[in-house]
Amino acid sequence: MSKIHVTTTINGDEVEYLCDPRETMLDVLRDRLGLTGAKEGCGTGDCGACSVTLDGRLVCSCLMLGAEADGHEITTIEGMATGEELHPLQQKFIEYAALQCGICTPGILVATKALLEKNPDPTETEVRYWLAGNLCRCTGYDKIIRAVMDTAADMREAS
Amino acid sequence: MQYHTPTSFDDAIAIAAQADGVTRFLAGGTDVLVQMRADILTPDTLINVKGIDGVKDITRTPEGGWQIGIAVSGAEMTEHPELGRDWPGVVEATDLIGSTQVQGRCTMVGNLCNASPAADAVPAMVAAGITVTVSGPDGTREVAVEDIPTGPGKTSLASGEMITRITLPPRGENGGDAYLRFIPRTEMDIAVVGCGINLRVDGDTITEARVALGAVAPTVRLVAEAAEAIIGTTLDDAALAALAEAASAACSPIDDKRGTIKFRTHVAGVLAQRAARIAYARATGQKDS
Ligand SMILES: Cc1cc2nc3c(=O)[nH]c(=O)nc-3n(C[C@H](O)[C@H](O)[C@H](O)COP(=O)(O)OP(=O)(O)OC[C@H]3O[C@@H](n4cnc5c(N)ncnc54)[C@H](O)[C@@H]3O)c2cc1C
Ligand code: FES
Ligand code: FES
Repeated sequence: MSKIHVTTTINGDEVEYLCDPRETMLDVLRDRLGLTGAKEGCGTGDCGACSVTLDGRLVCSCLMLGAEADGHEITTIEGMATGEELHPLQQKFIEYAALQCGICTPGILVATKALLEKNPDPTETEVRYWLAGNLCRCTGYDKIIRAVMDTAADMREAS
Repeated sequence: MQYHTPTSFDDAIAIAAQADGVTRFLAGGTDVLVQMRADILTPDTLINVKGIDGVKDITRTPEGGWQIGIAVSGAEMTEHPELGRDWPGVVEATDLIGSTQVQGRCTMVGNLCNASPAADAVPAMVAAGITVTVSGPDGTREVAVEDIPTGPGKTSLASGEMITRITLPPRGENGGDAYLRFIPRTEMDIAVVGCGINLRVDGDTITEARVALGAVAPTVRLVAEAAEAIIGTTLDDAALAALAEAASAACSPIDDKRGTIKFRTHVAGVLAQRAARIAYARATGQKDS
């Protein structure tokens, strides 16, 4: 089967790869590009562990083909910190211990960053609905929600 | 699997018409990719429609309705400043599909052509009187949404045919629509029953109505008897009772772990009443209840 040549931008860098037409973006990221931050929890769009943004919009990378990235821009959890400096959400997740096993964490961070860019002052209900597609088996969500609300408040003050 | 990225409808149709085996169109991929992953179906030919000119546009028709491109996502419909003012029920129904992540990708056309009896956008589309343009090697026809699904996973599209356009009628004066579904959770679940209602009033009296039910039959159903039960009324208690009875009578649901036949049949009546009240309030200009 012939492979597809894809030219795309990932976390600001131009990236080229060859992939099978059936390969998902998640498989390309993890297996071809070594970007293993996005996780596979389900592979069917239910858990959100594979969340990335495509042209700024939050999507499940397991529900997108690697071939579909051609000519578009992807950002992943690897693009969230600036060098050693963590994004305020990452900092706050550590402070609040808003993670245990960490499988859901990259997806939740990517998802909440996208939320705060769209809505810097969300209500708790809005945060919970926004994250309805991000499952966490460990934390019971409460610390995650509090970390997001607190980061949003800090970021509003700082801006 | 052959993967194609045509830039025109003509090319897409030519590829589909010549393809052997199973062909699928790739809109948001939220059904296609799940089916590939679950080994339910891997198409021989996959045609990505998102590179076709104009498929991401939402535009006013000269008549005052709307044309929605086949690759417009649920999130893009919700974010549109005017569409939801004309057709709140259609927008809300589409917005119920999946999570934030799924909303970024899923389309109305995908929801329709996947032909699940429980598809959320479809009852609202049927109630609104939406039509789609179907184009194929033998030409183009305009088809009512209710005539697209023919059974679970099956549509009336011939091989080589695809939907190229969605047209919403003009909202017009004193109209309102609404969609409600019942799910056991608050988010991320498949409708046990769905109901879309669209109506128009003259003063307090309903003059036109369309009632559609989802998840209670092999396809989404347009229920004329339910519409007749409220036309000519002010949606008083007697009309609401007749509406519920007609909606329940139109059900021939399956019995499964998500809902028994008895439950689905009863809930269809209840949801029809609630959706009618919302549509009526919108049509008469009352604040949303
Ligand atoms: C986690 C998750 C949650 C979900 N929740 C819901 C829900 O709550 N309610 C609900 O109704 N659905 C739900 N779905 C199902 C799915 O998201 C919807 O059916 C969605 O609208 C499909 O649209 P799509 O653009 O992604 O379709 P695709 O997967 O791209 O295509 C679906 C089908 O439509 C056909 N098709 C696409 N475009 C055309 C065209 N132009 N002409 C002819 N055929 C075409 C394809 O060949 C394919 O058979 C969910 C899915 C996931 C993964
Ligand atoms: S792995 Fe993509 S949603 Fe679970
Ligand atoms: S921390 Fe384990 S799944 Fe969320």
